[in-house]
Amino acid sequence: MKVLVTAKEVATVENEFEIEEMAIADRYLGADLNEWDDYAVEEAVQLKEADIAAEVVTVTIGPDDCEQTIRQALAKGADRAIRVWDDTLEEATLLDVGAKTELLAAVVEDEEPDLVLTGVQSDDDSFGATGVSLAEAVDYEWAAVVNHLEHDLKDGGASIRRELEGGVEELTDVSLPAVLTIQTGINEPRYASLRGIRQAQRKELSVQDLAALGVDESAVDSALELTAMYEPESQSDVMLWEGSPEETAGELAELLREKGVAQ
Amino acid sequence: MTDVLAVADHRRGELRDVSYELITAGHALADDTGGDLHVAVVSGTVDEFAEKCNREGVNVIHTIEYGKEFDHGVYTQAIVQLADELDPQYVLLPNSVNGLDYAPAVASRLDVPIVTDAIGLENDGETLVATREMYGGKVETMTELKEPAVATLRGAEWPAAERTGDATVEAFDVDIDEDALGTTVNGFEEVASGDVDISEADVLVSVGRGIEEEDNLEIIHKLADALGATVSSSRPIVDNGWLPKNRQVGQSGKVVTPDVYIAIGISGAVQHVAGMKGSDTIVAINTDPNAPIIDIADYAIHDDLFDVVPELIELVK
Ligand SMILES: Cc1cc2nc3c(=O)[nH]c(=O)nc-3n(C[C@H](O)[C@H](O)[C@H](O)COP(=O)(O)OP(=O)(O)OC[C@H]3O[C@@H](n4cnc5c(N)ncnc54)[C@H](O)[C@@H]3O)c2cc1C
Repeated sequence: MKVLVTAKEVATVENEFEIEEMAIADRYLGADLNEWDDYAVEEAVQLKEADIAAEVVTVTIGPDDCEQTIRQALAKGADRAIRVWDDTLEEATLLDVGAKTELLAAVVEDEEPDLVLTGVQSDDDSFGATGVSLAEAVDYEWAAVVNHLEHDLKDGGASIRRELEGGVEELTDVSLPAVLTIQTGINEPRYASLRGIRQAQRKELSVQDLAALGVDESAVDSALELTAMYEPESQSDVMLWEGSPEETAGELAELLREKGVAQ
Repeated sequence: MTDVLAVADHRRGELRDVSYELITAGHALADDTGGDLHVAVVSGTVDEFAEKCNREGVNVIHTIEYGKEFDHGVYTQAIVQLADELDPQYVLLPNSVNGLDYAPAVASRLDVPIVTDAIGLENDGETLVATREMYGGKVETMTELKEPAVATLRGAEWPAAERTGDATVEAFDVDIDEDALGTTVNGFEEVASGDVDISEADVLVSVGRGIEEEDNLEIIHKLADALGATVSSSRPIVDNGWLPKNRQVGQSGKVVTPDVYIAIGISGAVQHVAGMKGSDTIVAINTDPNAPIIDIADYAIHDDLFDVVPELIELVK
């Protein structure tokens, strides 16, 4: 069976940063594989190692720059990668769930995977909705916030656990084909080995534009328009202790004594 | 098409708090649009839930009797059928784990956009303005939407609707296509129990990703020993297998209410804060002066934990 994994490069933000024209200024940004997608990639690679998956393909919507990140996923064991990009996307300021869904749905229709794994959410825009939306668009079954997948995948179905709030898990069977949104903690993502990194350089990474996917340019028009971005106003009346570590630790020790916690 | 439809959230026989918060948000939004507020309760003891959802501002409560527990296929079909009949401008759903498991499907089938995890909603007549966070709470954004939409609301951002209302309750007959239900829920399991119950602790020394490596946890255990405190953590520590699941504080972990909560190298993501904001006194040690945890802390040290914690151990042991 074939597994498709969405792998997104997300921006990491430094502690101190500035916002310029509704975006965090580039100089304060780094890049990394989205945390939740890292677990999704690992889960797919483990399915391959368990001889359940014959092929693991990653799909990314992103510019050239993110090939480094895609190679990370390839180095961890994905077989090949697809990157969706073109000029229309270059100009878009915000890709909403609907836009991402249309692009990813076109890839799913081309690839016809049996299982799609996505992260629960991405660290930057945190919509947390693309996986389920994609499932609906391609008429697959789905499950959101999956923190356990039985690897035997019997009888055209998968036994999973969904992590609900408050330490409760739901035990569910999902019929395939399906999209599962993967929660952190489902596995232990591996580091790419040196050999893996070398091999990744030779793996296929195909770039597809909207035309190749048969998607109309209007798909990229987001229904949501970003109109403001700002640092949240702090309403806190926190007592900030300043000084050397000895001094600040001293203040805290004093507080703990007052509270009867320390002697 | 100015009405608002809000859908209650429940689990294992209990209506969840976010249901009342959705009513507050829905009431305000319906005031903005000049429409009615409809509430739907799907599955479970719907009449009992309907009675509880009868809060001020609610015009009609639609009960949809079908099955006991949440099933995303049933919810999706039911809400889409109800929305087809009511033609609301906005459908408000909880940004809970179950909300995330059907809201995108509802939006897709209604062919309207979705905005998730809203912390503020306003409508000026034609545009919906949703306030959201990005980059793990580092920035807040405003997003505008000119069309009808599905919005999911973050829990604990709106006050719970309290005053009893005079809504009418109507049973809505759904036609669920059983063949289209592709998942089967087989049960639930409590997973976070174990030898230590952090929700009982008076003092928690709580550690987050700032600790960097498993070996470094030693200083956290030392500090907890010196204070007679219990060690808890944010999610990544548990995900890494450095502490057992029963030590995790947060939305998917435990809710704790100690006298003193010391958050060390924890950013204060919303899912973490959900589990500890009820602590009496919150102390944060963090290198990032803008970390969201500082906003809810009573005391904060803006410094490196590897400098501060060893000093603190010396002072209290
Ligand atoms: C559905 C869902 C459920 C979730 N449930 C939970 C939950 O129950 N509990 C939970 O905690 N999370 C939960 N999360 C994850 C949550 O979103 C965050 O990813 C997580 O809380 C981050 O943990 P952290 O603060 O330890 O790590 P980070 O966000 O990485 O923060 C680390 C912090 O340490 C600081 N730091 C780094 N180095 C140092 C140093 N040397 N000294 C001092 N400070 C330092 C940094 O400035 C930063 O603020 C959930 C997420 C989802 C999507």
